[in-house]
Amino acid sequence: MSTPPVTAPLLSAKGLRLAFGGVKAADGIDLDVMPGEFLAIIGPNGAGKTTFINMSTGYLRPQAGSIEFDGQPILGLKPRAIVRRGIGRSFQLPQLFTEHTVLENAALAVASRLGPWSPLTPLLRPAWREEAMDLLERFGLAQVAESRADTLNEGARKLADIAMAVALQPRLLLMDEPTSGVAAAEKMQIVETLVRVLRQSGVTAVFVEHDMDVVARFADRVAVWSQGRIAALGPPAQVLADPVVQRDVIGISTHA
Amino acid sequence: MTPSDDRGAERRAGPKRPALARETLLAIIGALALVLCAWAIPWLKFVLTIALAKGIAVLGILLLLRAGQVSFGHSMFLAVGAYTVAFVAPGTPEVLLLLPLAALLAAALGLVIGLFVVRYRDIFFGMLNLALSMVIYSLLEKMYAVTHGTDGIRVAGLTFAGQRLEREVQEWAMFGIALTLAVGFGLLVRAYLGSPMGRALAGIKTRETRLEFMGLSARLVLLFAYVLSALMGGVGGALVAMTSRHVTPQLAYWTSSGELVFIAILGGAGSALGPFLGATAFELVRVYAAAAVADAWQMILGGVLLVVILFAPGGVWGILSSKLKGRGA
Repeated sequence: MSTPPVTAPLLSAKGLRLAFGGVKAADGIDLDVMPGEFLAIIGPNGAGKTTFINMSTGYLRPQAGSIEFDGQPILGLKPRAIVRRGIGRSFQLPQLFTEHTVLENAALAVASRLGPWSPLTPLLRPAWREEAMDLLERFGLAQVAESRADTLNEGARKLADIAMAVALQPRLLLMDEPTSGVAAAEKMQIVETLVRVLRQSGVTAVFVEHDMDVVARFADRVAVWSQGRIAALGPPAQVLADPVVQRDVIGISTHA
Repeated sequence: MTPSDDRGAERRAGPKRPALARETLLAIIGALALVLCAWAIPWLKFVLTIALAKGIAVLGILLLLRAGQVSFGHSMFLAVGAYTVAFVAPGTPEVLLLLPLAALLAAALGLVIGLFVVRYRDIFFGMLNLALSMVIYSLLEKMYAVTHGTDGIRVAGLTFAGQRLEREVQEWAMFGIALTLAVGFGLLVRAYLGSPMGRALAGIKTRETRLEFMGLSARLVLLFAYVLSALMGGVGGALVAMTSRHVTPQLAYWTSSGELVFIAILGGAGSALGPFLGATAFELVRVYAAAAVADAWQMILGGVLLVVILFAPGGVWGILSSKLKGRGA
């Protein structure tokens, strides 16, 4: 069997437009995410990076344009329908069930994927418990499995948040600033863990990132967002060396 | 054994659940105490049966509290259960048929109202329930030809598995049925709260957005709890009607709904036992306080609730549970 000459994109956005009042959060976004790649989104605050994630996950509806996932249009679907098709997301502010333990959080995500369930099945039944525990081990969170989610430090909360998204076995994972708020010393370690798990699971990833060291080291391609448009797109070595990007994006990012 | 070994073993077997053991112990002691009281002081049987019936209804309030929602109209389901008994008993006096029928009708109403109210949260959820319950109250009060208005309806004689029982035996039968159903629904609610459904329900309180991004519908999760809570309300109401043998629109009045929330807080929302502890405490305080100071019993109840909220936010369950924990049980 010969390999097809051109690989079809996993996610394909065309001409996305969305304005909040006079602010153009998306002003003609065209972006193809290829299967298996790690695509970083960089750009100053307010450029529309999170808006793109929100549109791709059904949280916001663009006023114009189309989004296809695996060749199927997903525009107009509810977030939970899009999740079921294989697009996961993690949040800039981790969205954990704070009253539950980390293990219960993970097991609930595992159970959601495998549902529907009878209301009499215990959440921590062996199959779900084991899968959740495996997942937490891969993320290096096994030690805090029995801790309440609100007792974790920021780095562990970020990882737990992403682990919950990974438990749903997405094909594409959209991560909004996976390292924001994490202590600088922990940052590289967290991203390494993250990249290792995602590569193992064969998950394609799009992540918003402000740290250019992280981008340079882990991204296959970089998309530069600026005022609702993609100003540049390409391999990190090329994009990050562009003087315009350095002045307009990296300059602002590092001072922000 | 080092602490880390301990944790490794725990990971496979699951942590020990001392809270569960305390709960079971307390439930057995509680049930025995109720039977003993009912046997020693015959007139208390009636009070305790009503307490158990209300406890079952309050289990429904507890479910909604887990989702961070308070219904100020839940007694409408109690009234539906009670009026079902009153309307149907003349034709079909069989308790074993009336109870499931009341449960079914209350659940059906719960589904219809639930589809509407689960779209709302917090104060809007509470007030919509209140408003709808007052509509039911008004219907019961105004449709005199059908419901006899505020006079209410006297419940016809009942049969138990085809037998017409003597008064004393019937009181025991009602008490036994209420206790059995209380234990059954208590276990059901406990299992439900430990299931993904119940955990997702609690997730509505903390992170509703996340539920959607896990592929779950928060509304559906809440609707299931709402229908279950309506069903238990209907069963509670049917038991109240069968025990008191008289139904009035007062059952659906907003103060009755408030009473259910009162009992839920008094008993504590931490355990499926809370509603029964709360309901028993409530009915006993009411009976004895009303006997002691006829005009001020509500003040005594209010005082009790204030003390609970200020000093024991876990309710009666919280107090007993920590007492047992202190003894290492």
